[in-house]
Amino acid sequence: MFEKIWARHVVAEGPGEHVLLYVDRHLLHEGTTAALGRLARSGRLVRRPDLSFATADHYVSTSPGSPTADPEARAMVEGLGRYTAEQRILHFGVGDPRRGIVHVIGPEQGLTVPGITLVCGDSHTATHGAFGALAFGIGSSEVEHVLATQTLWQKKPSTMRISVDGALGPGVNAKDVILAIIAKIGAGGGVRHAIEYAGSTIRAMSMDERMTVCNMSIEAGARAGMIAPDETTFAYVEGRPLAPRGEAWRQALAEWKALPSDAGARFDREVQLAAGEIAPTVTWGTSPQDALPITGRVPDPASVADPGRRESMTRALAYMGLSAGTPLSDIAVDRVFIGSCTNSRLDDLRAAARIVKGRRAVVPAWIVPGSGLIKRAAEAEGLDRVFVDAGFEWRDAGCSMCVGMNGDLAVAGERVASTSNRNFEGRQGKGARTHLMSPAMAAAAAVTGRLTDVRSLGA
Amino acid sequence: MEPFTRLTAAGLPIDLPNVDTDRVIPARFLRKDRGVPEYSRFLFHDVRFGADGAERPEFILNQPPYRGARIVVAAENFGCGSSREAAVWALAAYGFRSVIAPSLGDIFHQNCFKNGLLPVILPAGVVEDLRRQLHARPGATLTVDLETQTVTAPDDAQHRFDVDAFRKEMLLSGRDEIGLTLGFEAQLGEFEARHAREMAWAIPPRAGT
Repeated sequence: MFEKIWARHVVAEGPGEHVLLYVDRHLLHEGTTAALGRLARSGRLVRRPDLSFATADHYVSTSPGSPTADPEARAMVEGLGRYTAEQRILHFGVGDPRRGIVHVIGPEQGLTVPGITLVCGDSHTATHGAFGALAFGIGSSEVEHVLATQTLWQKKPSTMRISVDGALGPGVNAKDVILAIIAKIGAGGGVRHAIEYAGSTIRAMSMDERMTVCNMSIEAGARAGMIAPDETTFAYVEGRPLAPRGEAWRQALAEWKALPSDAGARFDREVQLAAGEIAPTVTWGTSPQDALPITGRVPDPASVADPGRRESMTRALAYMGLSAGTPLSDIAVDRVFIGSCTNSRLDDLRAAARIVKGRRAVVPAWIVPGSGLIKRAAEAEGLDRVFVDAGFEWRDAGCSMCVGMNGDLAVAGERVASTSNRNFEGRQGKGARTHLMSPAMAAAAAVTGRLTDVRSLGA
Repeated sequence: MEPFTRLTAAGLPIDLPNVDTDRVIPARFLRKDRGVPEYSRFLFHDVRFGADGAERPEFILNQPPYRGARIVVAAENFGCGSSREAAVWALAAYGFRSVIAPSLGDIFHQNCFKNGLLPVILPAGVVEDLRRQLHARPGATLTVDLETQTVTAPDDAQHRFDVDAFRKEMLLSGRDEIGLTLGFEAQLGEFEARHAREMAWAIPPRAGT
């Protein structure tokens, strides 16, 4: 599948092993405003404004009704609005109900479809690979290059297929699957690879779940992660506002059905997991690879032979304020965050609401929907009432407490049960301690005040 | 972009694997203009400085022999995580021109090339040995030569590295990549016309139409 998409987007064979690769979709957010500014100052124009789309998510406040307070952050949000207006780029800006996290609204608007190349100045762009697109994150200079030329010089990555087969147990979902994958191959295991996720477990997932899996490919080191399109994909895409229609839809569908990897396709590396062996999972350290079943204990660095690994574990435990041997389910949390491009979609909110219903949050807990439209859809189902009645804060769409740049922060020493994608030191605020988990597990932590096996709450 | 040809400078050993770009530059500095004079202070800020803004003496870059280092010698997967190019800008603002590691985060790796920093991938054992030498002789220098694709270690051992011919030429010349690509206009125009015919469905309908 990767090879098929790659081959159709080669504009020129470059010097060395590089090719000039064409970009079908370029997604922008206010964190990439600087690249638009540099382009404007260079006197160059956006080559394909009709293939470029923007939204504000990283720096906006998610506190309902509050504008972005910080003047520098506000300038980035406003700058994006100004540049996109000048260059006639469709912008889902502040006040637009379609505004939301860039990796949530691309699929929601029908911009993300199978068979295309899609880039964005954000490392979680692999999310869009859930549709069978080749999607990857790029840096600021590359953003400027795509704006000016609609292309990138790329060296072909190696390919890796990760197959997950079998039925997931109760209380186990897509987040647990991807955390288990990262724990298995390591935070650097996918470096220079494009991953294809396959197998019966993946096939059985909804699009929201598939996006959760692909989203965290970068946490295993891979720029791109993808899943072959199927009837689940087509049903999701059909009828979305910016998806192909009429004759274009019929042509697209015929091509998309031929996209999946051929039987006997060869990958540079193959990895297998059994779904039945995956438990509800949490992280204990400061790398997404530091993930264990909730039934486990904080590991002991002394038991590890590799000195580099031992040092990083020791450092992680000191930062996290944890002692080796502590049962993970004994760890008390101070705060809960349910949101981010990993887990802020309707399926995620429903999964959290099922646990929360009829219970009370005992620590501060936030729900940050991925887009204005998801917020509305959740309200139409009454999910907001479930959360608000349980004492949760029901906030506006944005990256919020995943990214530590919009004022939504945890304070030093605070321990956060979070559905986001990174537990790096300082990610959710200087000195803040992050445990990654699924929305259901985060909801369970909110109502018990500690890391909790969601299965003990009847999941 | 400043060309990279050959550099002899002190090396900074960083032994921790999986150093993420949030650690290289925390998120709250990403809104800062990279031209501000204090930009180099953002590098490794939260591990380099205490809450009072004073240097943490235990952080290796604060130790006198390493302060003038211009080559990072890192462990596996250095620069993983966020795509923030500011991680490279902060390294460059401090004076770093090259990063040697067994592996690098893919986006960080690309971002280095765009800013005149040479990323060098060498086998894990070789890089570990370089770090050991830099710990044993603080302030010891290495030479990174792009033309000959060699790293000369403090003990004078030479290690050859691979670099793609395209990236090598771009770094040696310091050429503007956008300018280069715009020179492919004929091929690009032809491709776009064909792509619009063969994959017409890949162009989204205009909003509201």
